Amino acid sequence: MRPRGIGEWLAYGLLYLSIVLVTLPVAAVLFILVSRGYSAISWEFLTAMPRMGMRAGGIFPAIMGTLLLVLGTVAIALPLGVMAAIYLSEYAGRGRLNRLIHLAIVNLAGVPSVVYGLFGLGAFVLFLKIGVSLLAGCLTLALMILPVIITASEEALQAVPQSFREASLALGATRWKTIWNVVLPSALPGILTGAILGVGRAAGETAPILFTAAAFFLPRLPKSIFDQVMALPYHLYIIATQVPNIPQNVQYGTALVLVALVLLVNASAIILRSYIRRRRSW
Amino acid sequence: MEKTACIIDVARLNFYYGKFQALKNISLQLESKKITAFIGPSGCGKSTFLRTLNRMNDLIAGARVEGKVLIDGRDIYAQDMDVVELRRRVGMVFQRPNPFPMSIFDNITYAPRMQGQHKGLDDLVERTLVRAALWDEVRDKLKSSALSLSGGQQQRLCIARALAADPGILLMDEPCSALDPVSTLRIEELMQDLKNEYTIIIVTHNMQQAARVSDYTGFFLSGELIEFGDSNKIFTKPDDKRTEDYITGRFG
Amino acid sequence: MFPLNNPTQKGRRSERWSEWAIERIILASGLLTIVFILLIFTFLLKDSLPLFKVYPLKAFLTGRDWYPISDPARFGLVPLLAGSLAVTLGSVIIAVPLGVAAAIYLAEVARPSIRESVKPVVEMLAAIPSVVFGFIGLLILAPYIKSLFDLPTGLTALTGSIMLAFMALPTIISISEDAISAVPREYREASLALGATQWQTISRVMVPAALSGITAAVMLGIGRVIGETMTVLMVTGNAALIPHSITQPVRTMTATIAAEMGEAVQYSEHYFALFSIGAVLFVITFAINFTADIVLHRFRRVGR
Ligand SMILES: Nc1ncnc2c1ncn2[C@@H]1O[C@H](COP(=O)(O)OP(=O)(O)OP(=O)(O)O)[C@@H](O)[C@H]1O
Ligand SMILES: [Mg+2]
Repeated sequence: MRPRGIGEWLAYGLLYLSIVLVTLPVAAVLFILVSRGYSAISWEFLTAMPRMGMRAGGIFPAIMGTLLLVLGTVAIALPLGVMAAIYLSEYAGRGRLNRLIHLAIVNLAGVPSVVYGLFGLGAFVLFLKIGVSLLAGCLTLALMILPVIITASEEALQAVPQSFREASLALGATRWKTIWNVVLPSALPGILTGAILGVGRAAGETAPILFTAAAFFLPRLPKSIFDQVMALPYHLYIIATQVPNIPQNVQYGTALVLVALVLLVNASAIILRSYIRRRRSW
Repeated sequence: MEKTACIIDVARLNFYYGKFQALKNISLQLESKKITAFIGPSGCGKSTFLRTLNRMNDLIAGARVEGKVLIDGRDIYAQDMDVVELRRRVGMVFQRPNPFPMSIFDNITYAPRMQGQHKGLDDLVERTLVRAALWDEVRDKLKSSALSLSGGQQQRLCIARALAADPGILLMDEPCSALDPVSTLRIEELMQDLKNEYTIIIVTHNMQQAARVSDYTGFFLSGELIEFGDSNKIFTKPDDKRTEDYITGRFG
Repeated sequence: MFPLNNPTQKGRRSERWSEWAIERIILASGLLTIVFILLIFTFLLKDSLPLFKVYPLKAFLTGRDWYPISDPARFGLVPLLAGSLAVTLGSVIIAVPLGVAAAIYLAEVARPSIRESVKPVVEMLAAIPSVVFGFIGLLILAPYIKSLFDLPTGLTALTGSIMLAFMALPTIISISEDAISAVPREYREASLALGATQWQTISRVMVPAALSGITAAVMLGIGRVIGETMTVLMVTGNAALIPHSITQPVRTMTATIAAEMGEAVQYSEHYFALFSIGAVLFVITFAINFTADIVLHRFRRVGR
């Protein structure tokens, strides 16, 4: 690259600037969270119940609540999403129906999270009478991350060379056995990447669980899937805006735990993906 | 050709990729336990023809077949034909070796396991690998990945894998095109050996190979079967001028 | 070795049956996605239509007051729509030039090593939960905005726009970058071979060729911003007023739902009104995403 004239220097300067403006805030946010929040982090903070109206003690039930929500969500969304992806990649062909399903997925991905919350409230909590509960939250979140899982899985399935399928079919394997024995194992790492990205998304969302699962304050763990739960993102919202006189380092500490959790999950997806790219032998 | 030994009977076969007609009115009969070779310039429809025999073309969107293909006397394009059963009967070796990303052992036992056979797999692996002239090279690393083999070894593995499915009819689409002369020779010997039990149909660009190994030869040109008959005759005094031009290399 | 004219092997019958069953299940999962989107719309309608038995649709769509708990209640959408538009417009003005520039840089200028280290940062940006953006906006940006413009409060449309811009950036960057990278390399080579500089090639050939993809990226970014909830709930001040400047507090449609649904009585007018907002949001984002996808689809077909 060799800029010619002042105009081009300016243009390239702006491009560089844009990258700085995009990356710097990320670093700044992380720096602020760490520097102001680390003093709150302790073993007790991570493993104890909140005390004194959430001004002291720990955030254990919120962490556990988020883990449970995420687990339930993936347990629902992963099988469904992978099967839908199998349909799209292996059975649907290139016709109208395929296009229609893709449009549905794109639009599912675009539905605002708070609208998922409304749907969860209207459909699961009230219509199906599940009540505000872990289960209703998982169902709502599962719907929300379904597009993520389908898209990633479909991509992974399509990356499996056609010659694998041909070889298996030519050996007299049925279509499903070909998928199960050859296609799915080859696509597995990619599917996992998608699932992990879905996990990261579900762990950080607040709006969908606002009216379907989240408890304002509940200093115990849920006893069944019909119990309400605390959740990390909602807890952060509460202590940042709804409860006065929360020590700042507790607020920053909670945000730090949430961000660390989500970034850890995402980083593992990124690492897994680059591992696949390097290892892919076909 | 005596009617008794006919195992594949193709009658007025047309094949289309969408609007494009890739095979035009093909009729021929293939004899059991013989090697038949198909030759012809690139793009003339040899692979397409081969793939109509085990219905691999079903996978291609917009592909369409007219006419009849009878194998063992059954119309393989009939409504009640079970494609899976057909492909167990008619095995295939592809132009480029395509082992699964599994161990050598798992590759070979893939088809038997698929059919519910779980006993005697060790024997089966040894037997088929010996037949495919690969046993000595891989006997100590059956559990290692098939992708670690060389191209020639991979192709022999694919042949062994096809044999393990116990097909009876074996389609081979330019099985040696990616191989060096030594591996090629091996596979040619293998074909001669298999001939006692299998009906082999091979597509090749290599005229010497066709002349060496095959009992019958067919010549395709832009979707038509120009000439079909005894290999000796085709390669010494073909009836059709175009066949002669092609085998003597006077062809564009 | 079974010749084909043998009767069907026994094992095949059950295999065929289970194959048939599995294929039905898989087909059903594929169709479920369509069912879900229809279900969402149906439920939004089901719980919003009752409002219009007691409250005229016209008053909802054109009303300039949102007083859900006064007597009589007023459910005027206009200030909320205005709030959403103001915040969205502001974030688009910030995010689009920034995002497209970053995408150009990543796709055309950056060395591979830089590209590989910047992309994870962009992905991290996408991964940070919206409640954390809200938190940072509330505690860091808002006080700064307050003193910078000498305002009574730092919780303004502008604060929301800035925070939302960061949330739109990953979408805009990654889809634009894909679009630019998908332009056939022959175009670039042809242009360079004609003696154009790299910048001329980028600005006159690559970007125009990728324009529809970039357009789709921007639309998807807008879709993301309009639907964003927690950030705006926390940083825009939540005053249901039609804003006259970007340094005023506003209240968006999403924030209204999030803030009020907790207090609304089930199946009350207020509840139905909040669902009505949800239905409006759904229709808006559906239109945006639908159009963006059509554009992208066409781009992919023409672009390759
Ligand atoms: N999937 C497909 N879709 C459309 N056309 C195809 C497809 N596969 C092959 N064709 C066309 O059908 C014709 C015959 O192709 P085929 O692969 O049978 O040729 P071939 O004789 O095997 O050639 P080669 O010796 O190069 O392998 C060619 O013109 C080819 O372009
Ligand atoms: Mg061929």
